[in-house]
Amino acid sequence: MSDVAGSAVGAVAPVAVHSVFRPWWPGVASTAAWAVAAAVTGLLPDHVRAPAGRPLVEYEVVIAILSALSVLIGQAGWFAPLAYHGRRIAVLGGAVAVWEIVTAKTGWLPLPFFPSPQAVLDVYRVDSGRLAQSVFSSLLILVPGFLLGAVTGFLAGLAMGWSPEARYWGHPVIRLLGPLPAIAWLPIALFVFPTISTASIFLIALATAFPVAVLTASGVTLVDSRLYDVGRTLGASEGFLIRTIVIPATLPHVFVGLFMGLGASFIVLIVAEMLGAKAGLGWYLQWAQGWAAYANLYAALAVMSVLFSGVTMALFAVRRRALRWNRETVEW
Amino acid sequence: MVTASVASATSAGGLAGASVQVRAVSHAFGDAGQALPVLDDVTFDVPAGETVALLGPSGCGKSTLLRLIAGLSVPQAGRIGVDLVRVVGPDPSRLLVFQDPLLLPWRTVEANVAYGLEARKIGDGQERVRQALRMVGLAAFAAAYPHELSGGMAQRAAFARVLVNHPRVLLLDEPFGKLDSLTRMTMQEELLALARRHAFTTILVTHDVEEALLLATRVLVFSPRPARIILDVDNGLPFPRLRDDPAFIARRREILIALGHGEEFAR
Ligand SMILES: Nc1ncnc2c1ncn2[C@@H]1O[C@H](COP(=O)(O)OP(=O)(O)OP(=O)(O)O)[C@@H](O)[C@H]1O
Ligand SMILES: [Mg+2]
Repeated sequence: MSDVAGSAVGAVAPVAVHSVFRPWWPGVASTAAWAVAAAVTGLLPDHVRAPAGRPLVEYEVVIAILSALSVLIGQAGWFAPLAYHGRRIAVLGGAVAVWEIVTAKTGWLPLPFFPSPQAVLDVYRVDSGRLAQSVFSSLLILVPGFLLGAVTGFLAGLAMGWSPEARYWGHPVIRLLGPLPAIAWLPIALFVFPTISTASIFLIALATAFPVAVLTASGVTLVDSRLYDVGRTLGASEGFLIRTIVIPATLPHVFVGLFMGLGASFIVLIVAEMLGAKAGLGWYLQWAQGWAAYANLYAALAVMSVLFSGVTMALFAVRRRALRWNRETVEW
Repeated sequence: MVTASVASATSAGGLAGASVQVRAVSHAFGDAGQALPVLDDVTFDVPAGETVALLGPSGCGKSTLLRLIAGLSVPQAGRIGVDLVRVVGPDPSRLLVFQDPLLLPWRTVEANVAYGLEARKIGDGQERVRQALRMVGLAAFAAAYPHELSGGMAQRAAFARVLVNHPRVLLLDEPFGKLDSLTRMTMQEELLALARRHAFTTILVTHDVEEALLLATRVLVFSPRPARIILDVDNGLPFPRLRDDPAFIARRREILIALGHGEEFAR
């Protein structure tokens, strides 16, 4: 019954679209904004000399043309996910135009601190090798450190939540050392560990393990004890209870701890790389500042934001899979 | 431990019910200074294969008594036995359907039902699980998660989770309280048929006098907390039982008066 109704509506809708053409307004706005940006970039005289390489104006024209096409397509099926961002893309075009005016075209904002959009874009052409190397080097510290901290924190939290003895010994450690920012251990880590990378991995593990342990332990104590009664009457051993009740019931809390730990890890990673490393995104920022290469600095910040946001999204994707059963899944 | 191995050996074969002995059981919550007495010298026996219904005012201690029989806690005084062997802990031969469904939210309905078999590493459980789900009318929801079920469906899933283990003693804590009246009737008939087929012993806590009289061979009525047995009705009516049978009506009246509702509803 509902199927028939649904297809009837579906059959009627295209007819309505054909009879009255309604432009897709975010597309119109985006076309205008990027056309203005392209005009500003391409037609106004440069105040600051533009870098070599593919000019920014080409990108702006391409986006303007795609926006113009979107006005006709509207929110057609395959285009819908991108259409959702329509208004954001339009505002971005405006922002690029303004940025272009206040830097490259007039020099109102002082160099070298405020490079033009084309200067920042050009970093990806000129210095992509070093940036990629930095990303790789940072991931090589972040990933092992985070995984190590996640596993240790989870196991410690599970033990503390389940065993009073483990809680007795674990609690003062968490209480006293937990509030210390992990990066404060850097001077000690630097002489305890043979290399700055291993020291950084350790600090990231530390930064992750504390929130994960705290959240896991409190998650365990929050499990509805009647579920244990169910398990015990049905013949579950202690190990089976932990595996089938304690751990799944605690997972939502564990992911909150992992999220907090990941945030702390980013800080530790960048600060540790700024202070001692010879590679990585933190080092790149430091290096770019040393040469007053602010375009490189902004370019690296953009890479960092995409990278960290991607890592966080990956964590949330894992969480979504692990907590399929959960009715309320918070999105990030 | 002797109880455990003997019981699971027999229940694995789907054998008959066990007798239950409750002797001079008293129980209280809280510490010595601020004790809250809940059960006061409760004594009764349930012969193997019989169904006993427990009735009593809310909060009197019925659920507590079932937990003690299930072996989830130990009575402070008196003893509880199954086939004259003292109960020292929980055992899958004695299963409790709780007042709330208490399904594991991270397991599908099917996996919830399979929980006990999995916990005891009983391999060929799939057919048993399917059968139990068919019995409670949830075959189509095997792959659903508990949050996708209605309250009544969740309670039926909890019922299947217990039945699939072929318990010898079935402890039911208001298992049909959340069901609509038609489903409840179906489930009551199902329970009667099952009890007859598998001859398990049933102890049924309910707040529904008619349900007690329809299902049980004996009805025990408890006082308000601390619970004492104030009425013991031998309910040997033949099946099928009819609600308008004069003997049925007389017993219902007797029980309602014992529960303190003599004036308005006992007629
Ligand atoms: N774990 C506990 N700790 C302390 N007091 C408890 C505990 N469990 C139950 N009680 C108390 O014992 C009394 C009896 O509880 P019980 O759950 O056995 O009642 P009931 O007869 O099943 O009631 P209802 O019909 O409402 O389910 C109540 O007063 C309750 O507050
Ligand atoms: Mg109760």
